Amino acid sequence: MEKEYTPQIIGFLCTWCSYTGADLAGVSRLQIPPSIRVIRLMCSGRIDPLFVTKAFIKGSDGVMMMGCHPGDCHYQKGNYYTRRRYKTINSVFESLHLDTERIMLSWVSASEGVKYGKVTKEFSDKITGLGPNPVQKEIFL
Amino acid sequence: MSDVLKIKKPVEEGITEFLKFLLEKNKVKGIFTLRKAEKTDSFSYSLITDVKEIKNAAPLTPIMPANAGQLLSSFTLEDAIKEPIAVIIRPCELRAFVELTKRIQANMENIFLISSTCAGVFPLKSTQNGKFSHLLPKYWDAAKKSEVLPSLRPTCTTCEHFVPDLADIIVSVAGNKNLAEECSLHLNTSKGEELAQGAPGNKTTEKLNDVELVKLKESRLKEREKLFASINDKNLGLAGMVKTFAPCLSCHGCRQVCPICFCTLCDFDSKTHEDKVSHYESELHQKGGARIPSGTIFFHTGRMIHMAVSCVNCGMCSDVCPVDIPVATLFSMVGESLQKLFDYLPGRDLEEPAPCETFIENEFAGLGE
Repeated sequence: MEKEYTPQIIGFLCTWCSYTGADLAGVSRLQIPPSIRVIRLMCSGRIDPLFVTKAFIKGSDGVMMMGCHPGDCHYQKGNYYTRRRYKTINSVFESLHLDTERIMLSWVSASEGVKYGKVTKEFSDKITGLGPNPVQKEIFL
Repeated sequence: MSDVLKIKKPVEEGITEFLKFLLEKNKVKGIFTLRKAEKTDSFSYSLITDVKEIKNAAPLTPIMPANAGQLLSSFTLEDAIKEPIAVIIRPCELRAFVELTKRIQANMENIFLISSTCAGVFPLKSTQNGKFSHLLPKYWDAAKKSEVLPSLRPTCTTCEHFVPDLADIIVSVAGNKNLAEECSLHLNTSKGEELAQGAPGNKTTEKLNDVELVKLKESRLKEREKLFASINDKNLGLAGMVKTFAPCLSCHGCRQVCPICFCTLCDFDSKTHEDKVSHYESELHQKGGARIPSGTIFFHTGRMIHMAVSCVNCGMCSDVCPVDIPVATLFSMVGESLQKLFDYLPGRDLEEPAPCETFIENEFAGLGE
């Protein structure tokens, strides 16, 4: 039997909201897709656009950026910058005709374990539908 | 409407005379301009303090050996220049200078900005074999008629921001029918007026030739459309980019000459992105091959994300590329959509913060919910 395709998704989560939210999802025994690999950061404002680009170009099937809701940042305004960076990455990828579908931004608060479960499930399903990232087959990067 | 100083001489001679006047009358201590190396056809930016050197100054020569904004930053980085100098730069260089000043990489104090309605520059390669002067008659003719000269840099033939709004003095070049007879200096600010006080020539009031400039802008925008149309799915997307950047040597020359890339240690030169043997091993194991040097597309995409929003379209990157990758065209395209997104124009206003260092609380509502 052929092995079922499970994508590899990198998630950059801020420690105060999204990571705690993910923790809550775990404690609440919600089913989280096994495709998600979490990297915990102090703030979503720490997400250098190069982290996302590198993850994408080195072959991860999807990249998630997660932080506190706008206005709720533990450091007052880190996530506002994240939002601009996400838009920047998105716009550059669009101009270069690269796959913008594989990069996602979501706000998950510490109490939103259910939302974390839902968002990751949806994203994972979407990426499974898209199939493996074509960069994995591309030698000459 | 602004005050205009008219000198009854061809534009190049007129501006040189004006510079001579500035030095002689001690209005400025130095002049930063293009200078011709004696008995050759090669030019470089120089700071001149001796009046005798003015004869070698070539202020409006259509060549850009380096982005002057970057050069000015190199000697105003630590502190403002002590004594007043006048600089003759092109609009894109001026905008680069403003962007660098915003980022505390340059200082505008004590600097008088003399710029021109720019008719573009030739690629650096056209000066390589020691012949350059023969291109000039055609250039001045095209500037007079506000035509687009196809042999100029692609970024110049497609440039729409060729009027330097922030300059103290604007020399009317592109779209000026009387180039060969008189040199018109538009005194754009009070600083400019102060500088031109007592200068030889007649003072009048006049507007920059709007009709001609609009016409030129339109024809350049048409060229822009054509240029962007030449970059399509064949050069873009993953497969297209692999083709576009296939010849890239990773010399990083495009970054070196870029006025906006000012970091002393670039992230791409740091240990962070150094590929270890294990990286190549895993690449070979997984894909059956690896490009060496690696990370080319990552470098270019990363650089676009970092600074395309402040790209002033000077075209230095394409010009120095040894393998003729259309870096500047890609940057123009990416930059244009980014600038539209954040409603930003690099170098428009010294007080306007760069998009990456500011935010509006309720922008992009609904994103990520």
